[in-house]
Amino acid sequence: MMGFIWIILLILSLLAGIGSHRLPELTPAAWEGGKQAVEICLSLAGSLCLWSGVAKLMERSGITDFLGKLLRPLLGRLFPSCAEDSLTLGHLTANVSANLLGLGNAATPMGIAAVKRMQALHGGSEASDEMCRLIVLNTASIQLLPTTVAALRSACGSVAPFAILPGVWVSSLCSVCIGLLAAELLRRFYA
Amino acid sequence: MLDLLLPLILICVSVIALYRKQDVYGCLLEGGKEGLRLLYSILPALVVLLTGVHMLRSSGAMEMLTELLAPLLTPLGLPVEILPLMLIRPFSGSAALAVGAELMASHGPDSLVGRTAAIMLGSTETTFYTISVYFGAAGIKKTRYAIPAALIADLTGFLTASLTARWLSCL
Repeated sequence: MMGFIWIILLILSLLAGIGSHRLPELTPAAWEGGKQAVEICLSLAGSLCLWSGVAKLMERSGITDFLGKLLRPLLGRLFPSCAEDSLTLGHLTANVSANLLGLGNAATPMGIAAVKRMQALHGGSEASDEMCRLIVLNTASIQLLPTTVAALRSACGSVAPFAILPGVWVSSLCSVCIGLLAAELLRRFYA
Repeated sequence: MLDLLLPLILICVSVIALYRKQDVYGCLLEGGKEGLRLLYSILPALVVLLTGVHMLRSSGAMEMLTELLAPLLTPLGLPVEILPLMLIRPFSGSAALAVGAELMASHGPDSLVGRTAAIMLGSTETTFYTISVYFGAAGIKKTRYAIPAALIADLTGFLTASLTARWLSCL
């Protein structure tokens, strides 16, 4: 998929370069792209290191577990059959609270564990309604602390890297709600 | 208020971890190494994509594409510059991060485009990757309505990202 995108980028550039007589600018632009990539990475390194450290602290100090306890009643309503199985509900709350804290790397293995357990209980190779809901919850990504993005903003010289927080909250809340609503409506077409 | 946020998070998390008898410094270092590993995996993607994006821009193709698609995006309030990010977001996390970083670097992180890109990155996920990893691991073959529902959520995220980015500039 990405290889395809790369080739399209190159062909479009070449054709447009010939068409608009800007061919001589292509080679310097190619060097410039790689240079800028390294510059962005270097300026991102410090804040990314620090935030990944803070993320580890949140995981180890039990902040994720605490958030999970708060979320339990809500998740129980969204995933009624999982609520009866404490193991599934445990994986689920861990997954959602890790996502909330912006700990993407920690969220994935727990999400996988939750889907595996759901599959074992549900049986078959067809996605259940609750699995689809879990996918929506994960792909719409509700984040309280979008740390990677804030690190990127500060690396690019933002005056207030966290100023986007309310925007991220409102935006991800909307997308989760609409996504769950869409799942509820689509469910009727996939018996 | 926002000036307090970062120091407060650092202090609270560290104190709670200390109270729970965790090796605070060790955890910070261990997590930091994971951060570097993430950086290590982003860099090659960033080089490849930024090379492509820079060539596309200098050739004039970006301007043509932008002009072509402006009538479609402007009524929705989406800045046209953001289009590459929307196209790549569902497929690759590191590529989306690369395109977002480029938008922030070239338009400024506090500009409308920069803010929209940041909010989009923060409020959406790599949909196809997530679905393939989760369902692949559990052996789910029939995904039913998971993909359309997740894509509707992504589209909502894109639209609300541009709305909230505008709204934030009014504050």
